[in-house]
Amino acid sequence: MAIVETQDVIKLFGDVKAVDGVSLATRESEFLVMLGPSGCGKTTLLRMIAGLEQPSSGDIVIGGQVVTALPPRARKIAMVFQSYALYPHMTVAKNIAFPLKAQGMARDERQKRVERSASMLGIGHLLHRKPRELSGGERQRVALARALVREPAVFLLDEPLSNLDAKLRTSARDELQQFQRQVATTTIYVTHDQVEAMGLGHRIAVMSGGKVRQLGTPQEVYHDPADTFVAAFLGSPPMNLIETPGYILGFRPENFLPKEVFGANGPLLSIPCRVTRLEYLGSDRLVYGTTEGKFEGHRVISKLPSNISAPIQTGERHEFATPEGDLKFFDPRTGLKAAPRAL
Amino acid sequence: MTTLERGLETRQAPPRPAGGFLDRPEWLGPLMIGPAVLFIVLVVGIPFLLALFYSVSDISMGDRTMRFVGLRNFIAIWGTTNFQTAIWNTFVFAIVSQILVIVLGTALALALLRDFRGKWLIRFLLLLPWVAPISLGTIGWLWIFDSTYSVLNWTLETLRFISPNDWYMWLGIPHLAMGSVIAVHVWRILPLATVILLAGLSSIPHDIHDAARVDGAGYWRHLFEITVPLIRPIMLVAGLFGLVFAFTDMIVIFVLTRGGPYDTTQVLATLAFFTGIQGGDIAEGAAIALFLFPMLLAVAIGFLRVARRTEVV
Amino acid sequence: MAAADKTLRNRAARGGHYGVIALFTIFSAFPFYWMLITTFKSTPDLLKRGNNPFILNEAPTLEHLRVLFYDTLYGQWLWNTFFVGAIVVAITLVLAVPAGYALARMMGPAGEKLGIAIFLTYLVPPTLLFIPMSRIIGDLGLQDSLWSLVLVYPSFTIPFSTWLLMGFFKAIPKDLEEAAMIDGLSRFGAFVKVVIPISVAGILTTVIFTLTLVMQEFVYAVTFITAARNFTVSVGVPTFLVHGDVYFWGSLMAGCFISSVPVALLYNFFVDRFVTGFTMGAVKG
Repeated sequence: MAIVETQDVIKLFGDVKAVDGVSLATRESEFLVMLGPSGCGKTTLLRMIAGLEQPSSGDIVIGGQVVTALPPRARKIAMVFQSYALYPHMTVAKNIAFPLKAQGMARDERQKRVERSASMLGIGHLLHRKPRELSGGERQRVALARALVREPAVFLLDEPLSNLDAKLRTSARDELQQFQRQVATTTIYVTHDQVEAMGLGHRIAVMSGGKVRQLGTPQEVYHDPADTFVAAFLGSPPMNLIETPGYILGFRPENFLPKEVFGANGPLLSIPCRVTRLEYLGSDRLVYGTTEGKFEGHRVISKLPSNISAPIQTGERHEFATPEGDLKFFDPRTGLKAAPRAL
Repeated sequence: MTTLERGLETRQAPPRPAGGFLDRPEWLGPLMIGPAVLFIVLVVGIPFLLALFYSVSDISMGDRTMRFVGLRNFIAIWGTTNFQTAIWNTFVFAIVSQILVIVLGTALALALLRDFRGKWLIRFLLLLPWVAPISLGTIGWLWIFDSTYSVLNWTLETLRFISPNDWYMWLGIPHLAMGSVIAVHVWRILPLATVILLAGLSSIPHDIHDAARVDGAGYWRHLFEITVPLIRPIMLVAGLFGLVFAFTDMIVIFVLTRGGPYDTTQVLATLAFFTGIQGGDIAEGAAIALFLFPMLLAVAIGFLRVARRTEVV
Repeated sequence: MAAADKTLRNRAARGGHYGVIALFTIFSAFPFYWMLITTFKSTPDLLKRGNNPFILNEAPTLEHLRVLFYDTLYGQWLWNTFFVGAIVVAITLVLAVPAGYALARMMGPAGEKLGIAIFLTYLVPPTLLFIPMSRIIGDLGLQDSLWSLVLVYPSFTIPFSTWLLMGFFKAIPKDLEEAAMIDGLSRFGAFVKVVIPISVAGILTTVIFTLTLVMQEFVYAVTFITAARNFTVSVGVPTFLVHGDVYFWGSLMAGCFISSVPVALLYNFFVDRFVTGFTMGAVKG
């Protein structure tokens, strides 16, 4: 178990700054997720931590030791790749044993460790198969077993769930989380899927354009976003953002409901909307509309749980509202969080 | 009508046969492939059958008649030392050159994996031996090996490895001649093998190499336990190809040594040529050439096995 | 492991890397450098044993080139070679392009096997077939004619080209033809109007490769043709420029160089595509 730190790490590809001065530190045994869209630099950052790329400047520190100049094998890390990168010509057992063989471990000891690792992930019965004979979920477990067998100080995972079917992803996510809590090894996980990030991470580092926009717990990044990027990236559908001359106003679809639903609870901001479209999703209804009145001319979304039966028709003008406590304010020039102001 | 409406309409209409034979794969396919197959059957199949017939006949260049003589030709040549030597030489030539080609080709392909400046030019230079007409490239070597003017000898003498009287007769001394011929053949086949092996190496997903780095494999382990096993199918293809060229080649040996000195570089292909065309005994020439066939069959089978097993991933 | 050590190892590795490449490049290209320099070396310079063979010790000469082009039929041979090449390429394309497409799209699992079978005929060597071939050619009265080569060369160019083209066609997404068929073209029409224009690069690669195969061929050419004016370059140069034991090295080398290098240049442009087509042919689907 070790702490991973990046100290003002920059990576240039030609003129492009893929990673632009990132300083992060994990906590012991933490599951840290690096979340962001494609091209935000998260994978590059992960590869630099692994030692597969060299930073243009800055340092990587693992367990107190500066590892920037060390090759991957000297860093006591293990990595699970998006494609799992299982050696196709080797059996599962040989795949898992490979890192130990590379270390020069004796055969008996290797055998024991492989079996222990495999049973921990429930793949003991697959040891003689080749990767092409395995399902996606099984391959993920083999990749984890191979990572586990070296007893590394840090796990690095690069979007390991993106190659799985949607249905499989939920159960795989569950297994992953249990696995990590069990081995309690510091884990850094890269993904572009915010649902995964929210479900798995102790803390999330939201990245864009090579920089970390916010580092915080799922609650913090969701309810208290540091800027409009974070606010819009997390949450499905994304936060409604209304730009006015002095400030940007934000409110989440699940907090933006037909006014009558709120009854008399607390101060509300009321916004009339012309409903343009309805989507019935089973557990929720999505109401798409255009604002009128004071903040007119913006497209907004409201997310109505299905147990609220407020009847709404396309084309009608309906009064929606958000509790004032749930409003977020952002500076229109920088996009950063701003102080609440009177409306 | 929009495409969508048209499509919907046909889906609702009762099924009718698709347009003329220009539409149906069952007709169009064989029609398009027919001419090529026909040509091959005629121009390859017929001579091949003829070769079989000739080998069991007594046909010759002068005598236009052909009588069936059973296996007499085969029996006749089998016993001769000429033939035995030729078979032995053929195997030595083919196997030694192929091993060299695969090993050197892999080393070169590995070196060429990375991009570097001037790669285009280097690749051009490396391709030359393969692309240049065989007879012409080999003649270049004839001049290089020439016993009086050989640049190799000149270089060795200048570097003081040999004395002026000691000049090697590269093509005139029995085992040295075989070595020289093998060297030229390797020189010629190397570019093709390298290109094929390079293709194989490039097809290994990058992740696998990264995983091996993270897992701690050093250079040699990485090479022999990860990279080489993954290109084994392609290595086999390159090897098979080269083996066929080596077994059946006559040009290099014809130009360089004409099979000499004293038949030490005579291989089946050259023997067949000298017997059948220059010697006029067509039947015997055909019989000799036919000994190449079992080997080709073995290669074809080998190739098919590899093709079936190429699902490594 | 200190950072300084690492760069040292990196440099050593890179040095070794370039060294290997340099060695192989010299090995491969040296004979051609040799040809080039011999072309322009004056005969006394060539034959003097003491001279450094790597450089021009005396003034360069165009004499060998003159002999090549004026005293031999080299020009005629070049023409013969290209003549045969052009026609063989045309025949090959007409037969192999539809065949390759059929194998790539329309033949199903039987197509896989047929494709491999066709390809394997490439491996049947001229040295096996040339004896019966020469009889057939004689019987057809094509002895000594360039048309004999035109007839026989496609026997190896077609199998290989079909394989290559099959690979290229497989690499084109089916969507394009399907869209064309929905828009009203027949399958064959889609092939002609959509697929062929897109595959121009692949077809060009096949053309270049076929040309090199034709230019290289020696066995059939030396067997079927005996009249000097009908030689191809591949046969003419070795046969004609050697009078008994006397080799006209200068002209010989000139002939070799001129016939090899331009084609190799052309080939270099297409080698990447060649590899793609070659390996795609092996992919299922």
